[in-house]
Parts: sequence; structure tokens; C-alpha cells
Amino acid sequence: MDKLIELKGIKKVYKVGKVEVHALRGIDLTVRKGEYIAIMGPSGSGKSTLMNIIGCLDTPTEGVYHLEGVPVHEMNDSQLAEIRNKKIGFVFQTFNLLPRANALHNVELPLIYAGVPASRRKKIAEHALEIVGLKDRKHHRPSELSGGQRQRVAIARALVNRPSLLLADEPTGNLDSKAGEEVMKIFEELYENGNTIILVTHEKYIADHARRIVHIRDGRIIDDTGVAS
Amino acid sequence: MKWLGAFITFWENFKIAFKSLAANKMRTSLTTLGIVIGVLTIVSVASIISGLNKGFAEQISNIGSNVLYINKYPWIIMDDWYKYKNRPDITLREASFIREHSKYAEAVAPTSGRRSIVKYKDKILEDIRVVGIVYEEKDVENFEIDEGRFFSPIEISRKRSVAIIGYEIKERLFEDDDPIGKKILIGGQKFVVVGVRSKRGNIFGQSLDIDVYVPLGTLYSKFGHRRSVGIQVKVKDPSLMEEASEELRFWMRVARALKPTEPDNFSINRQETLLKTYRDLTRGLYTAAFGIGALSLIVGGIGIMNIMLVSVTERRREIGIRKAIGAKRSTIVLQFLIESSMLCGVGGLIAVILSFIVSMLIDKLTPFPATVPLWSVVGGVIFSSLIGVFFGLYPAAKASKLDPVESLRYE
Repeated sequence: MDKLIELKGIKKVYKVGKVEVHALRGIDLTVRKGEYIAIMGPSGSGKSTLMNIIGCLDTPTEGVYHLEGVPVHEMNDSQLAEIRNKKIGFVFQTFNLLPRANALHNVELPLIYAGVPASRRKKIAEHALEIVGLKDRKHHRPSELSGGQRQRVAIARALVNRPSLLLADEPTGNLDSKAGEEVMKIFEELYENGNTIILVTHEKYIADHARRIVHIRDGRIIDDTGVAS
Repeated sequence: MKWLGAFITFWENFKIAFKSLAANKMRTSLTTLGIVIGVLTIVSVASIISGLNKGFAEQISNIGSNVLYINKYPWIIMDDWYKYKNRPDITLREASFIREHSKYAEAVAPTSGRRSIVKYKDKILEDIRVVGIVYEEKDVENFEIDEGRFFSPIEISRKRSVAIIGYEIKERLFEDDDPIGKKILIGGQKFVVVGVRSKRGNIFGQSLDIDVYVPLGTLYSKFGHRRSVGIQVKVKDPSLMEEASEELRFWMRVARALKPTEPDNFSINRQETLLKTYRDLTRGLYTAAFGIGALSLIVGGIGIMNIMLVSVTERRREIGIRKAIGAKRSTIVLQFLIESSMLCGVGGLIAVILSFIVSMLIDKLTPFPATVPLWSVVGGVIFSSLIGVFFGLYPAAKASKLDPVESLRYE
């Protein structure tokens, strides 16, 4: 299988006042296309920082990051925005939907930034909502939807640009167990259809849905269950 | 494909801005108030001035541009009145002298006036200006007749008791009656109405249609000789006004036998003098009003900047979301610039609508005529939008530089 992500010697140092915080102390990680990975670790372990770097929301202080063979660590702000738009789909713990926009418009947003014309945009977005089973809710605003439904809208939004990678940060963290199960079922289906998924969580039973689990502690990978060589 | 994408981004940002402004109606309208006041000031003043210009142009057209006026007093007195008080009156003899000698003059028409009571049957008009004119009057002035006719040369030379009345005099004295051939009393003396002068309108609230005209000789014989006249001199070639003015000055000094050391004891007036004074006056008004307008636009613009900064802080999370799913810095800048320029543009639009109402009120309630010029409408909206862009730049840049990771964490 092809390499999707290749991280080598990734370090991230934050400066808080005069104190340097080493969030990542040298991460090497390779992810192949079609993998379903969970990144696990206690809070403060650096797993969120790692996810932000993989998601191109943040840049490493040191190290090399290739996404589909492209050196992401050399890119400028606007190129990173384009990568986020085209290659990566985010699912957040707090959903991060625009409160004033309805479900359909929220899902359309990445397509707007990709410059897709309105009519085609609507069709694609409706299809994405159909995949997560919310076609009949497209005119509802986030406040009119349940937590599980909101997260499904967010998943539809993450999928709408056919990204190479789906990044989910504690996707069930704000959901009750039933809604959480539903969301995990959608991820399962997406994985089976060939999507690459990286899941960040600190809960074992969520991580167990993935096929490979990477443990992080103090900014280093301490365990990796399924290094596919 | 690239420009299509850019257009889509622009249009979507336009909609986003509109929704965001519509969602905060109260804030939007309060914020834009400064801009409304600024644009309203400028457009209103522009409309008053444009009205004044129009009115002044009309008024001035009654004073022929190729006519010189020899008067006892200058039209515009910048220094003290008493300096001119002891000047001798201009006489008919001097008018004849000018007519005889001037090479530049095409027509010379002396005129004089007094105020009288005018009566018809039981109707009385007090304090009416009675103007004595000669036959050449219709050559030097735009003297149009609405009903009846102008004086005949014989009526003037024989000093007949005939009168031409202003349009408003006709309306007030005769209402629906035909005034021609009717007898009126001017200062107790009987006159026959032979004509009605065409309507001339108002200027600065002063009607030009409540004068009564009689032959100059008749005015003298009926009401006395001791009065100053004004001499109107129509110049043959309008390009030689300066030379003509100098010539008239020379002949007046000759007529009055002034020594070279003595100053002129008469004034030669012309339309241009008025125009120049008018321009000087309105230039000051223009500058002051635009200063006030510009000042309130700046204050309004700072208000816009302030509220946009608040909006950026409030919407940090939204900005974070947009960035996370692919909005570039430039897209975020565009979004906030469109929002601030729309905010100001709306203000400009409201101001333009209000300025139509204001200028209508000014027109109705004050003696100043006012019309809203088109350039001020277009300019008002465009300029206020530009203000929005200018004062939106800093907040927009600030929004675009927000770190997506931190913004997403923001509650």
C-alpha cells in the first residue's frame, strides 16, 4: 500500500513566556492509505499537537512531514489552507459547526472555499448528508439538532471534498454512548469503503474500533500495535 | 476556472457578510449611524449648494452678463457704508451724456424706483416697488410680456400714466379679472395697466414679480425729480466688458468734471462682481461643510473599526472553523472587508435616502432651493464603502492572522 503520511523527527516546542514546553520530542510515524489508526494518550501527552500537525493546522518546530509525498513542512500559510481544504477532513469533539448556518450550508462550506459552483455544491453536500443519514435534516440549524446529529453533520462536512485523510479528535467525547456508537459505526463504514482515518482519543473502548493503536506519552510514541511494514 | 473560483468566493463572502449584518440589526444600525450622519451632511450641503447655484444662476440671468450698471453705490460693500453716502446722485443728464459719447454701448437705459401704495378698487397693496423705465429697457433686460404689451415710445416720451404690472401684482389685485385697460392708483395717482410682465419666480424667498413699471418720465413728473437713477448700459461686444467699463468710468468722470486726484464718486457694477462674491462666499461654505462631513466620516469610520474588532474577537471560533476547513488568509480578509464596506455602504445608502427627504424639507420650509445632485448620490455610497474598506483593513488583517488551533479552542 502507498504511504499517505510520513513523519520523521517531528518536534514541537511552545514558548509560554520564558518557559519552553516540549509538546513533541521526536515523532516518527508512517500511515498508509486505507489505515484506521487510533492515537491514544493521557491529556498533555502531545496527541492533540500531533493531530494538529498531521491536520496541517500547525507546523512542526523541527522534522519532516510528507503528505502523499508532498513536503508539507515547507509550505506557507495559504498552501496549508489548500491542503486542509482538499486533503483533510476534520471531525472535532465540539463539532465546530457554524451556529447560524443550516446543516446543508455547513457541509457546503469546504466546497465554497474550493470554489465549486452553487448548483454542484448543493448536490455534493446533499449526497454527503445522505451518507450520514441526515438528508431530511438539511435545513435544520445545529441548535435544532441532537449532539449525535451535529457530529454526523460534521462528518459529512469532513467528507464532502473527498479528502485523503479523515482526522477525528475525540469525536465521541461530547456524546452519550448511544450517539457515540452511531458515530463509530459511520467511521467503520467509511473505513470499509477505503477511507484513511486517524482517531485521537483517550478512551480504550473507542480506540479499539481502530485497526492500529499508537500510544503517546510525554511527546513520544511509546507503543505502536500494528506497524505495517 | 481560477476566476470562477474567485468569483464564487467573493459572492459567498458577500452573502456571509449580509447574513452577519442582518443577524445583528441593532448593532449594525447603531454602528452605521456615524457614516449616515457624515454622508448626510455632505450630500445635504451639496444639495443646498447645488440649489443655491441654480437659483443664483437664474437670478443672475436677470442681470444680463453683458450689461454694466452705473450706480451711486457698489453692489457689494466690503467697507463702511458712510463712505458712499455723500456721493452725488446719478442723474438723467449723465445717462444722456453716456448715451451720446460711449462707443462700446449698444443701449443705455436709466432706471429709478420708489415705494408706493398700489390700489385697485378696494384692494390695497402696500410698499410696492414702482420702477421707472425707458424704452431701451427691453434691450438691456430680458423684459417679457405675458399679457398686453410693452410701453410705446410715445407713451414714454409723453410721460403717459401707463403701467406694466408684475405677475404677482396681477394675481393679487385682479385675481381672475383681465387687468389690461383697468385703472389702478399708484401713490394716489391714476394709471392705466397696459401689460403684465411674465412670471420670473423667487430668489432667496424674494418674489421678483411684485414690481410695477411706469415710464421713467412719468415717475419723475408725478413723484418728483430728486431721485438717483441707475444707468444700465448694454455693451455691444461681451468680450470687451473690461474696456467698456473703463470707458464708462472715463465719461462719468468727464461728466462730473472730476480732477485726476479725486476718486470716483460713482460705481460701475456688473454681473461678474456678484458672481465672484458669490463664489467666494460659497467656497467657504463648501469647505466648512465638507470639513464637518469628513470629520464625522472619520469618527464613523473609527466606530466601524471598533465594532469590527469586537466582531473579530466574538467570532474567533468561527474564523478558526473556516480556516480549519480551508479558508485562506486572503479569504478571511475578504470576508471582513466586505462586511465592513457593506456596513458603511448601507449607511451611505440610508444617508442618500434621508438626504432626499432633507432637501425636500429645505426646499419647502426655507427660502433656499435644494436639489440632490446625482454625483453626490453615487459618490456618497461609493465613498462610504471605501471608508468601510479603509477602516476594515486592520480588523480584517487581525482576523486573518488568528491561529486556527487557538481559535478553535476559544469559547
